[in-house]
Amino acid sequence: MAAGPAPPPGRPRAQMPHLRKMERVVVSMQDPDQGVKMRSQRLLVTVIPHAVTGSDVVQWLTQKFCISEEEALHLGAVLVQHGYIYPLRDPRSLVLRPDETPYRFQVRLWGAVPVLLAIYLAKKNIRKQGTLADYEKECYDRLHTKISHAWDLVLMQAREQLRAAKQRRKGDRLVIACQEQTYWLVNRPPPGAPSVLEQGPGRGSCAASRVHMTKSTDFYKQEIEYCRRAMGRTRVKSSVCLEAYLSFCGQRGPHDPLVSGCLPSNPWISDDDAYWVMNAPTVAAPTKLRVERWGFSFRELLEDPVGRAHFVDFLGKEFSGENLSFWEACEELRYGAQAQVPTLVDAVYQQFLAPGAARWVNIDSRTMERTLEGLRQPHRYVLDDAQLHIYMLMKKASMSPPSRALSAHALPTLTLSQGSAFPTWLGPPWPLSCQCSVLSTHRVQRRRTGPDHMLKKGQVSI
Amino acid sequence: MATEALHENETLASLKSEAENLKGKLEEERAKLHDVELHQVAERVEALGQFVMKTRRTLKGHGNKVLCMDWCKDKRRIVSSSQDGKVIVWDSFTTNKEHAVTMPCTWVMACAYAPSGCAIACGGLDNKCSVYPLTFDKNENMAAKKKSVAMHTNYLSACSFTNSDMQGCDKKAMVWDMRSGQCVQAFETHESDINSVRYYPSGDAFASGSDDATCRLYDLRADREVAIYSKESIIFGASSVDFSLSGRLLFAGYNDYTINVWDVLKGSRVSILFGHENRVSTLRVSPDGTAFCSGSWDHTLRVWA
Repeated sequence: MAAGPAPPPGRPRAQMPHLRKMERVVVSMQDPDQGVKMRSQRLLVTVIPHAVTGSDVVQWLTQKFCISEEEALHLGAVLVQHGYIYPLRDPRSLVLRPDETPYRFQVRLWGAVPVLLAIYLAKKNIRKQGTLADYEKECYDRLHTKISHAWDLVLMQAREQLRAAKQRRKGDRLVIACQEQTYWLVNRPPPGAPSVLEQGPGRGSCAASRVHMTKSTDFYKQEIEYCRRAMGRTRVKSSVCLEAYLSFCGQRGPHDPLVSGCLPSNPWISDDDAYWVMNAPTVAAPTKLRVERWGFSFRELLEDPVGRAHFVDFLGKEFSGENLSFWEACEELRYGAQAQVPTLVDAVYQQFLAPGAARWVNIDSRTMERTLEGLRQPHRYVLDDAQLHIYMLMKKASMSPPSRALSAHALPTLTLSQGSAFPTWLGPPWPLSCQCSVLSTHRVQRRRTGPDHMLKKGQVSI
Repeated sequence: MATEALHENETLASLKSEAENLKGKLEEERAKLHDVELHQVAERVEALGQFVMKTRRTLKGHGNKVLCMDWCKDKRRIVSSSQDGKVIVWDSFTTNKEHAVTMPCTWVMACAYAPSGCAIACGGLDNKCSVYPLTFDKNENMAAKKKSVAMHTNYLSACSFTNSDMQGCDKKAMVWDMRSGQCVQAFETHESDINSVRYYPSGDAFASGSDDATCRLYDLRADREVAIYSKESIIFGASSVDFSLSGRLLFAGYNDYTINVWDVLKGSRVSILFGHENRVSTLRVSPDGTAFCSGSWDHTLRVWA
């Protein structure tokens, strides 16, 4: 049995990698050359050999892992909580004190846990009647029933160990007592005390089902089938994918409050909710950053209520709005209640897809055919193809205004006095009819303009 | 009969070797397109400045381990569930409790807020997902209004149940097509059980947190693991992960009570946060990215910014 905590029944040690890692750390701490400095420590009048101080432990961890003292203290505390290191002073409390407090490394114990526990409790009982705490007494009585057949052996062992202890030096006696106490505090914590051994409920059943999954022919057939499918996948070069992260993070960085902060202040830090008021879902004057986001992708625009409202406005002037309505209806179907599916599908068909429908949407014949076929057995994804077609239509339509070639532009500065309201993918300056007169922005403190500077209709300042 | 058994064994053996073969070929294919590492590409990215993140709110009120939490779209309300069967809705900005429901089972392992903000869903070992409409009428018995909804047609797909058949049982992370019910991609590079997975904001990748004390980033288009976030001094498993809004930061809660903040691009650890007094069991960034919330076995939730 290892020095540290014994894993709870049903959970093999292999499934607790953190214990293995801690053991490795503790082993290297005890290395004669590279480990923690071990010396005899003085505890009042007793001298304890092969002990380390709390501060030495912290120092060693700081250097070994190149971490801060705070983190080293935390890591050391965790080792003590799991019983790998035990305190020689005040052994009831498993904490790491970063001072001259002496500690020692736990050693391996042999034997079955219940027997060892019985011997430990018996010793306590024999040595001084009445020293057992209530929960210990309960435990002792339970063990007595459980291993009654070996009870005389337990008592014999207990008496033998007590006798041997009497002959030891005081220092050794103290060491062994502390060692034992720590071991049992970790493996049998008193009721109410948190146990470092506790795992969540999900794992128990996991172990069972893992055993269950014998590698049958079906299992391998599934693997083969999966591999074959996977081989046919198109993959993208790593360099391309990784560059995408860089550009995504770069683009979104200024919009990430935890990375770049937010103006006027982060509500959680300043206790002022002005930021939320300014960025409410429907607000008369969206901030500059918010408008910028609409330019990131069509979806961003659609998902922002203010953005969508502007888009509806735009659609209303340039194109009819049935495309957007159809798209919204499809969203409702995808995310709506299961019970509503048949009704919704029917409603969408009647309104948008049936020949001669009031708000007929223009879908290519192949997609329409497939969709109508699918409508025979309606489910929430039955309109996906049609929805995608309309989405692409809307996106393209909004990018190429009627009879106007699109010229590539960097994101326009929103200081244009003509009120070029929409971000770049919607094209260069709009006709004035699309001017968004509601745009404004919060003032940035550092750029204080003169008192007579007025925001004209459609004009935006940075 | 004996010959049948023998035949079965041979088939099993040949199937096994065919599977191994194909797996090997698949790995070769994947490796062909791997021309650069993330940290190399990220060398020209500016390093992040010093991070000072602190607990800004502590939510106390649960009587036992907090197991799960979710944010409301209004960016300040939170729903949390705990081992004692209680589900609480908080206005975390003011730290007021607004609703409390007692579930019939303990270990309420998942809870989620409806996008409308008008209902919460929660479930646990009863294998059911129950939906509670939120009402401000104090006389209404919320529990009486609950509806049980089956899992896969659940609108509140944000409700992620710790399905031990999928996540915990395996070191595999799997991507499923919800329509066909098929596994589209699988990644098996973790050395221990995976506890949590979360999509990168662009949707092209996802991160995972595992008992092997590492978090990893998997790219769906490149079809491979592209980054490992680990440190020798981090020994305990990561129980929950989430990205900041831009995907630059990865927050991970660990079983040693700490939260580590990682620079996703450079692969380095930006910060370590202390505060919880027991393992961190759940972690989510707020919808507008101004803060993140962590729930712990120490019965509390903390909002950090």
